[in-house]
Amino acid sequence: MAGAQPLPGEDFIEEGADPRAAVRRRTGIVLIWVASIGLGLVIVLQALNSAGVLPLGLKDWRPTLYGYVLWAVALGYGLVLTRGEAGRRALFILPAALFTVAMAIFPTLFGFSIAFTDWNLSSFSGQKFNGFDNLAQLFRDPFYWNALANMVFYVLMVLVEYAIAFGLALLLNAEIRARKLWRVTFLIPLMLSPVAVSWMVGKSMLEYRFGPVARFARWLGWDTPSFFGDAWIAKLSIEAMDAWVSIPFVMILLLAGLQALPKEVQEAARVDGATGWQSFWKITFPLMLPVSITAIVLRIIFKLKLADIVINVTSGGPGGATDTVSSFIYREYRDRSNVGYGTMLAMFYLVLIVVFVTLLLNFVSKRMQRMT
Amino acid sequence: MTTASESFAIEEEAGAAARWSRYLVKRALIYAGLVLWAFVSLFPVYWTITTSMKVAKNVQQGALIPWVDYQPNWLGWRSLGLSPDTILTTSTVRDEFLLRFLNSVTTAVSASILAVLIGALAAYGLSRFRYKFLWMRNNDISFFFLSQLILPPVVLALPFLVLYRELALLDTTVGLVLLYTLSVLPIVIWIMKDQFDTIPTELDEAAQVDGLGSWGTFFRIILPMALPGMVAAFILSLILCWNEYFFAALLTSTDAKTLPVMVASQTGSQGINWWSMAALSTAAIGPLVLVGILLERYIIKGLTAGAVK
Repeated sequence: MAGAQPLPGEDFIEEGADPRAAVRRRTGIVLIWVASIGLGLVIVLQALNSAGVLPLGLKDWRPTLYGYVLWAVALGYGLVLTRGEAGRRALFILPAALFTVAMAIFPTLFGFSIAFTDWNLSSFSGQKFNGFDNLAQLFRDPFYWNALANMVFYVLMVLVEYAIAFGLALLLNAEIRARKLWRVTFLIPLMLSPVAVSWMVGKSMLEYRFGPVARFARWLGWDTPSFFGDAWIAKLSIEAMDAWVSIPFVMILLLAGLQALPKEVQEAARVDGATGWQSFWKITFPLMLPVSITAIVLRIIFKLKLADIVINVTSGGPGGATDTVSSFIYREYRDRSNVGYGTMLAMFYLVLIVVFVTLLLNFVSKRMQRMT
Repeated sequence: MTTASESFAIEEEAGAAARWSRYLVKRALIYAGLVLWAFVSLFPVYWTITTSMKVAKNVQQGALIPWVDYQPNWLGWRSLGLSPDTILTTSTVRDEFLLRFLNSVTTAVSASILAVLIGALAAYGLSRFRYKFLWMRNNDISFFFLSQLILPPVVLALPFLVLYRELALLDTTVGLVLLYTLSVLPIVIWIMKDQFDTIPTELDEAAQVDGLGSWGTFFRIILPMALPGMVAAFILSLILCWNEYFFAALLTSTDAKTLPVMVASQTGSQGINWWSMAALSTAAIGPLVLVGILLERYIIKGLTAGAVK
């Protein structure tokens, strides 16, 4: 699969007139061919079997799975035989590459083929190709567009999370006692599972009668606190929970950036009489820009997957106000077993994400180039 | 002359006093901020642990401090079969809980080991050799692996539902392990590549001179040196897999169900049984809070890999 080039100044040991090497090379080529043809044969037989043309009595597609694994082993061994050292080097990335192709690329392509069918797992009619019907339905689905609009809100809130995380990182970077203890304390929410947080915070602390936050809100003068009744308050409550879990992640990245800053620059600014505020905006913040951008981009990527908390606390309510694309598709499948349409929604989302992230990375790298 | 220098000294003294008081205010503000956020970080955990020992009346009263506001008892833990007086008796709830707990451990540990294994191999290859496959060179291959990070679980969930049904992998731990390995692989490769890049290539060259092949060099010389990175990648994978809910909720039903799915399924039914939910949540987050406190160094190493150049 992947051929490695020799490092410069290194000889290609396998090249030579050694007859045994030639035999080895030929064995390798034959091995790869035999394995590939074998795998192809298994797939064809399985397809015939599942189409009912050739009843082999196979209940599932496991033989194809085993065939793929055997083929991968044969390919690796064949590469070593044919290419020698270069093949041995290719063997390093081969497992990860073949694994990713089988587990991510193939299912995604398969997903695109499901997306254009009418397929409900709970009905008996099975899979039916229906062209662009799903896509047309998608454009008419107000709940999907509502979920996408909510995603814009959630992604924009990353900037607020970033601001809080920056503040915390500055606190941790100040001259304080027991820095490690504070750091561990701040890191704890990151360890917790979103499902547990859904209960601990969403269902327990934010409970409108007995929850401590509701009690606190009443003490502040909000007589009838309700955190999931009003659309915007519900959105903010969900965002607050997600922020609580993930602010430590951004904070740790920023703290590492702060600790790597050259101390001399800040010293020089202080000698020149710059106040803390000035030296932050003129020196620390610009120097922190690369780390900040890494943190924000990573956080946005994770934010686009937000689902667990929404599924467990509000199920998208009230009236879809807190829905994310993931939680909406989850319900589309869970409640309606609508695999065809649900997959189209997911694939459309994937295309949007890829375009968005590509544009974001381009924008960021252009901006960075202009600055340096 | 003397008066001028005296007034100057006084001014300086006043300046020093002002600076000192400003310094004190600044310190106070810093510590106030730290205490405030520590409270925000810890209170939900504290609330959950204490609630697991409250009875209905205490919850309704909003009791906060054990022994002062209320008398703690083992109610929540008894309902899980984990309190001191029930730990030796048989309990179906406890059996169920232990089964889910064990499922979570098996799944998370296997997926993390698999991911670190194939991730470390790929990262070493990308760090040391130059590959060319079709149009793809090292940077493109690295990007190919890392780009999997943006793939949202929801895109893979439905295709996998269909594929796993055909492969008879639905509701199996193996199926879940494969998916979790996929989802943490980009992060593992990221961390491990960062780690290998810090190990000088002279070591590889020396090992090759000693007659070790590329695989011998990797296993005998480089891998032991990359241990901190491997631990960091492993711990981070463990946390992510342990907490994963989306795939587990869609792809498991009875046999392979993990702890987060069990916690989630309890919240929906029959109103809220505060104390038992609190006990269950505590048991679900407990291991990770411990891991977080004990192995914080590695978590930070993993999180910051490659972020700061």
